[in-house]
Amino acid sequence: MSTAHAYPHEDTGVETRKLGMWVFLSTEILFFGTLITTFMIFKGKDFPGIKLTDVYDIPFTSISSFVLLMSSLTMVLAHNALESDDQEKTRVWLLATAMLGAVFLAGQIYEFTEFYHKGFELDTNIFSSSFYVLTGFHGLHVFIGVVLLLSLWGIGQRQNGLTLESGMNLEFVALYWHFVDIVWIVLFTVVYLI
Amino acid sequence: MTKILEPKKQNSIFRRPSSETGIWSWITTVDHKKIGIMYGYAAFFFLLIGGLEALVLRIQLSQPDNNFLSAAEYNAMFTMHGTTMIFLAIMPISAAFFNYLLPLQIGARDVAFPRLNALSFWIFIFGGIFLYSTFIFGTAGAPEGGYLDEEVSWLGSAPNGGWFGYQPNAGLKYSPGTAMDFWALGLQILGIASLISAFNFITTIINMRTKGMRFMRMPVFTWMTFAVSFLLAFSLPIIAIALFYVTFDRNFGTSFFLVEGGGDPVLWQHLFWLFGHPEVYILILPAFGIVSEVLPTFSRKPLFGYAAIVFAGFGIAFIGFGVWAHHMFASSISTVAQAGFGLSTMVIAVPTGVKIFNWLGTIWGGKLKLNTPMLFSLGFIGMFVIGGLSGVTHSIVPADTQQTDTYYIVAHFHYVLFGGAMFGIFSGLYYWFPKVWGKMYNETLGKIHFWLMLIGFNLTFGPMHWLGLQGQVRRTWVYAKETNLQFWNVIVTIGAFIIALSIVVFMINWIFSKRNGEKAPFDPWDARTIEWSIPSPTPVWNFSTAPNVKSLDDFWHSKYDEDEEGRAVRKPTADQLLIDLEEDGLNPKEEIILPNPSYFPIVLASGLPLLGYAVIFKSIALAVVGVILILSGSFGWGTEPLEEGH
Amino acid sequence: MLMKIFFKFKNLKYLFLVFISACIDNAPLDSLSPEGPYARSIDELFWLTFWIAVIIFVLVQGALLVSVLLFRDKPNKPEPKQVHGNTKLEIIWTVIPVLILAFIAVPTVRTIFDLAREPEDALKIEVIGHQWWFEYKYPDYGITTANVLVIPSDRPVRLEMWSNDVLHNYWVPKLNGKRYLVPGQKTYLNLHADNPDEFWAQCGEYCGLSHSKMRGRVISLSENDFNLWINNEQQNALKLEDGSLAAEGQSVFLNAGCTQCHVINGVWDTQGDRIAPNLTHFAARTVFAGAALENNKENLTNWLANPAKIKPGTFMPNLELTEAEINALIAYLGTLK
Repeated sequence: MSTAHAYPHEDTGVETRKLGMWVFLSTEILFFGTLITTFMIFKGKDFPGIKLTDVYDIPFTSISSFVLLMSSLTMVLAHNALESDDQEKTRVWLLATAMLGAVFLAGQIYEFTEFYHKGFELDTNIFSSSFYVLTGFHGLHVFIGVVLLLSLWGIGQRQNGLTLESGMNLEFVALYWHFVDIVWIVLFTVVYLI
Repeated sequence: MTKILEPKKQNSIFRRPSSETGIWSWITTVDHKKIGIMYGYAAFFFLLIGGLEALVLRIQLSQPDNNFLSAAEYNAMFTMHGTTMIFLAIMPISAAFFNYLLPLQIGARDVAFPRLNALSFWIFIFGGIFLYSTFIFGTAGAPEGGYLDEEVSWLGSAPNGGWFGYQPNAGLKYSPGTAMDFWALGLQILGIASLISAFNFITTIINMRTKGMRFMRMPVFTWMTFAVSFLLAFSLPIIAIALFYVTFDRNFGTSFFLVEGGGDPVLWQHLFWLFGHPEVYILILPAFGIVSEVLPTFSRKPLFGYAAIVFAGFGIAFIGFGVWAHHMFASSISTVAQAGFGLSTMVIAVPTGVKIFNWLGTIWGGKLKLNTPMLFSLGFIGMFVIGGLSGVTHSIVPADTQQTDTYYIVAHFHYVLFGGAMFGIFSGLYYWFPKVWGKMYNETLGKIHFWLMLIGFNLTFGPMHWLGLQGQVRRTWVYAKETNLQFWNVIVTIGAFIIALSIVVFMINWIFSKRNGEKAPFDPWDARTIEWSIPSPTPVWNFSTAPNVKSLDDFWHSKYDEDEEGRAVRKPTADQLLIDLEEDGLNPKEEIILPNPSYFPIVLASGLPLLGYAVIFKSIALAVVGVILILSGSFGWGTEPLEEGH
Repeated sequence: MLMKIFFKFKNLKYLFLVFISACIDNAPLDSLSPEGPYARSIDELFWLTFWIAVIIFVLVQGALLVSVLLFRDKPNKPEPKQVHGNTKLEIIWTVIPVLILAFIAVPTVRTIFDLAREPEDALKIEVIGHQWWFEYKYPDYGITTANVLVIPSDRPVRLEMWSNDVLHNYWVPKLNGKRYLVPGQKTYLNLHADNPDEFWAQCGEYCGLSHSKMRGRVISLSENDFNLWINNEQQNALKLEDGSLAAEGQSVFLNAGCTQCHVINGVWDTQGDRIAPNLTHFAARTVFAGAALENNKENLTNWLANPAKIKPGTFMPNLELTEAEINALIAYLGTLK
């Protein structure tokens, strides 16, 4: 990306790595799209047995959803702080975002445990299996996001601090994080509300 | 001589690797050319294995009620043959072409993300090794409650549910043992490799084109790479999720595709073919691209209807997502769906026809030089047309209910994927041989290869149409003597061995020519696209200065004008131009900075098969080691000093 | 209109068939010699498409060959004209295929719906797929049989099909196309034979180890014969009390473990479905073991001695029967007419 030895190319106005990130996210949409579609198909099945509606606790999940949404806000604040080159604030907001993500994950683990106690286990039936795989797949994304945020935070501790141009780029992590949040809004609606 | 800048002194804990020759230069390389060559050799190796599996199948079928293979072995062989040819041979050979040629065709120094490129290659290699390790670690047996007369041999301990893995037969109850887990997880790993390269190529094509290389000036091969990358990016997620479900069903007691727990076996078919049909175009479009390069060059005429060919390619790719259920006409889909998918399947014949007619328009009135690449491209048209026409007979739904699951289908898709994709690939291998190795291949051996393969191919797959219509079903370990199918089965088997012989000729030619071939001029075919404007073999920096492209077929237009009649006239300056280009290409005037090699792609990739084994052997320890490898690979990757430009 | 075109080509068709079938005669799974109205309507559609495809094939391959012959490079051949395209031509060769396809699409869609419609006077038969044999039930008559489907030739039959385990695909090439048998779902297929005859059936979908040996026979009978057959099938087997070899066989059947899976009405009845064929009228069937074997003494001996050797993966265990027991069993099975 250095300008000194830039190899001339037809200018599309989009930075290459950002473009790559967008392409990646567009396939992520298909991953979640397939999961959600099949989840809906299974949900509509006329099959006897315990269903999610028998075990879930909407107020609890609403709160943890709210926590995850707030993390998007703190992510924006971190980005803003970095744009005005405030390293200290950037790190604080990054850590806050990671923590909020971790709280969401903890909530999910708690929720899963509760469901297990009520007999809604991974291999119980098609409703439980599709629920765990779908929300678990999202949870894995949140987990990876938290790891990325923490490593950014770690890099930020070092001498040079963070920049918007550096390899482990805050902007990409932010893009990813917002994406994961938006997916959760869809999931929450599809899985719990509909 | 070279003016490549040395990597800067680094203050990181890890030094970047710097060897330029020897094994480490290959293991740590991020050079798209080296990666392309490695893709090519690895894929060819798997092609040979897949070919051997095919020969074994053909020996078994050469007589009725044969006992050369046991049922378990036969089923493992046809499953591995299909899986290998699709995922480990044709797809990676196409990836080899993409890797080597894409940056050259758009005038770039490398792909957008060189290290990701190396990562996809190593994931592919580990995925292939993982899948084939089933012969050592895998187990297979009779369905729950069933009996076998003999133990399943090593040859039978491979995946045996078909490359399409139809549920519930491929589930744990009916395919016990770990073999089908090797299949599901192996495809998952290979899918990751293809997905990563798809991101990479899409980004590369959008953002790395040299000055003046507008979209409508890109070579058709680049266009087809673009289409294939989109197909991969949008179809692989679907199969990835479906394979997830299969892995969960087999290992964690879920029942996504099992009726007992409320699942649906037909859903697997939908998901599989939603991926599987685009996959067909993933396999064939690269060959379309190659042929669209070779035909104009050897006809000494521009491609007839460039825009139409490009848009037809994308049309095929797009419609390809809307025809999946034509693989399921006999399955439990509604009558309306049968009619709908029958019609949409007919529609796909239109852009395909456009391509074929435009290719014919390209050679019509040309000055055809019948070198080996051209022969293979012409053979491609001839064979692909047959595959296309038998494809139209499948869209006639009632007729398809007779043809489906018979050798008629086997004949059809081999005409498309062998007569089509493989002929195109061989055309490309000969065409770009001089560019890659700087040597000429042996033309006589090349022609022998072509004719042997054409004859062998038609002897093998032509009679299969007839066998299918006479009632030989697919995946049949034996057929009854009373079905009177032996005669043509013998012919087919003979044909298969002729193909094998032609492959031997090809290998001899390759090995001999690479060592002792004549030195290749850098533009041996008087070609049209800019990859021929640089020395052969391609210098490590590709273009010493970034080319400035002014038109489609830019290189041709720098050599040729048109007279009043529209005939090509060689410019008087053309000869000097070539001399200058070679001189410039070998001696860059400015400092060139190339992406540094890296250890981390292979480290990161090596973690994935361990995760696969962890699922199969239910071993937490293996999973931990795998995750550690992936994390440390990613950490090293992330903290490695960035290369100074591309 | 379809018929007209078909008849025009009919002679040509036979020429072609004679040429290509020089080395095959009498292929029992031949999908090109229909012997019933359903298969015939498919056949007509296939040949219509086939001849259109042949014309396109000849045109394209001809153009290819002509180009190679006319335009191949010769000494002193001038450089070609640099033609970049021709919009008019390209539109023509886009539109013509569209028209041809539209022409084929009409009869295709009509035939799809014709084949799917339930015939009015059809006899209902249930087909249940098992690894690796087909079970048939006649709900109107209370009959359960296996491997050999007996149908009347004076009226169509409507098969209602499902699978007991994996996917199967029911195919009687001379009577109709294929249809899957799916666990947990019902699918339908119509059959109708022109004349009393015997036809071969085969499972099309790969269904595991012995997929290739999952075969069947369809026997169509005249109205009278069919009724006789029904009457016979409705009878229970008689319990043998004498000291004959067959009676010994009966006690082998009852004591060696066969009754774990098999039923013989009147001799060993059980509630519910069993995983193996009902043997009440075993001797009346021409084939057994998923129609992989002709019903004769030699085949039965081999089968009973080691079933898995003939059908790998089979659910029938090797009961380690002695030669005497096998002979007795075969004698007994022979009485189950």
